[in-house]
Amino acid sequence: MSRPLLDVKDLFCERDDRVLFENLSFSVSRGEVLQIEGPNGSGKTTLLRILSGLSKAFEGELIWNGQALADVRDDFLEALLYFGHLPGVKATLTPEENLRWYAALHPQTDSITERIFDALSNVGLYGYEDVPCHSLSAGQNRRVSLARLYLSRAPLWILDEPFTAIDKRGVAAIEALVETHSQNGGSVILTTHHDLAIKGLRQVHLGGENSTEWGTSGGGK
Amino acid sequence: MTNKAASDLSLSRVFVMTLKRDLLLAYRRRNDLVSPLVFFLMVATLFPLGVSPEPQFLSEVAAGVVWVAALLSTLLSMDSLFRSDFDDGSLEQMLLSPQPMALLVVAKVCAHWMISGLPLTIMSPLLAVMLFLPSEGLSALVLTLLIGTPTLSLIGAIGAGLTVGLRKGGVLITLLVLPLYIPVLIFGTGAVQAATGGLPIAGYLAILGAILALGIVLAPLAIAAALKISVSN
Repeated sequence: MSRPLLDVKDLFCERDDRVLFENLSFSVSRGEVLQIEGPNGSGKTTLLRILSGLSKAFEGELIWNGQALADVRDDFLEALLYFGHLPGVKATLTPEENLRWYAALHPQTDSITERIFDALSNVGLYGYEDVPCHSLSAGQNRRVSLARLYLSRAPLWILDEPFTAIDKRGVAAIEALVETHSQNGGSVILTTHHDLAIKGLRQVHLGGENSTEWGTSGGGK
Repeated sequence: MTNKAASDLSLSRVFVMTLKRDLLLAYRRRNDLVSPLVFFLMVATLFPLGVSPEPQFLSEVAAGVVWVAALLSTLLSMDSLFRSDFDDGSLEQMLLSPQPMALLVVAKVCAHWMISGLPLTIMSPLLAVMLFLPSEGLSALVLTLLIGTPTLSLIGAIGAGLTVGLRKGGVLITLLVLPLYIPVLIFGTGAVQAATGGLPIAGYLAILGAILALGIVLAPLAIAAALKISVSN
């Protein structure tokens, strides 16, 4: 508990000659939920892509479990679940086939078929296992992707706008899942414009003149 | 030891799963599969009409025509290799999975070859007969295509990986990849011509095999690196 899981130090990122954030420092410990806040275009997605390692266009330090993230990338990837803007769902495959491949990328020992069906029924897609994703709605497609949260055993979740196109009950379910995950010692970093009712939620504000943790002003340009 | 065995098992499993997934995806979109094959067939059909239907002339150029058609048809199908994975975010998930990217890439290229290069190779005797290729050259043509087309897929995938992030990558792929295709083309057609002249082709096949071996070892690393760059932008 003493050492933060992910430590971010003096992050600086510039895009198209515009500074998105500088001197950005924060850390995430086990069991914490961190919400990245800010207006559109303030660099939330960019920040999450940097944290996940997809983007290398930044200066600063990322420290994973006390070691530089770049040195322990394999360990980090085993511990990471990244849910991006793009759902990673193939339209011509069924939800079950999509998740099966995803599960193969993140091998686990126990019986995966059962867990896939559990995950699908958890996101309200019971009975849609064999329907090609292109005949599902946008929200249902997001749900296929969100089912990965139920499959995952990764301690760190990075979720970029997980509630897009999800109905109210779905949002509540995902929120509850995030809370359970943090109670079990997992960490979550997420962006959303929803007001979250999660205990112990911390926030990082982006998009002000100074990006500060516990931001005092919620302002943007 | 058991840990290592388990990780080997999971590697081969993820390879097989990715291969199966790509084949399944291709099967669900069968219509797209046909177009490179139709292109291949059309070149061979139109060529005699456009140039000369003389058997004497055709038998001389048959090897070249079949090889060039196979090469261009592979190139045509290359652009789509990573496109849909890039667009729907699957590529991000592959890069962020604990599996080695090079392995996933090999599985994808392998699937691509099975749905492009392999059918071309199987169809090539038909085209060779249509173009009056002497029968001594037939086995050489099939053999060189069998060794050559995987190389074309591997090299093309590097270009596809580099250009997948661009909106209009098609032309750029051609420029990047075509120079690297030329040795394969030269040795491929050279072997067939040698065979029709009654000369041994083992040397040609050895060189094509060496290029393929080099490609299998190095191309996946290059493709993986190219994809990382494309996704990070």
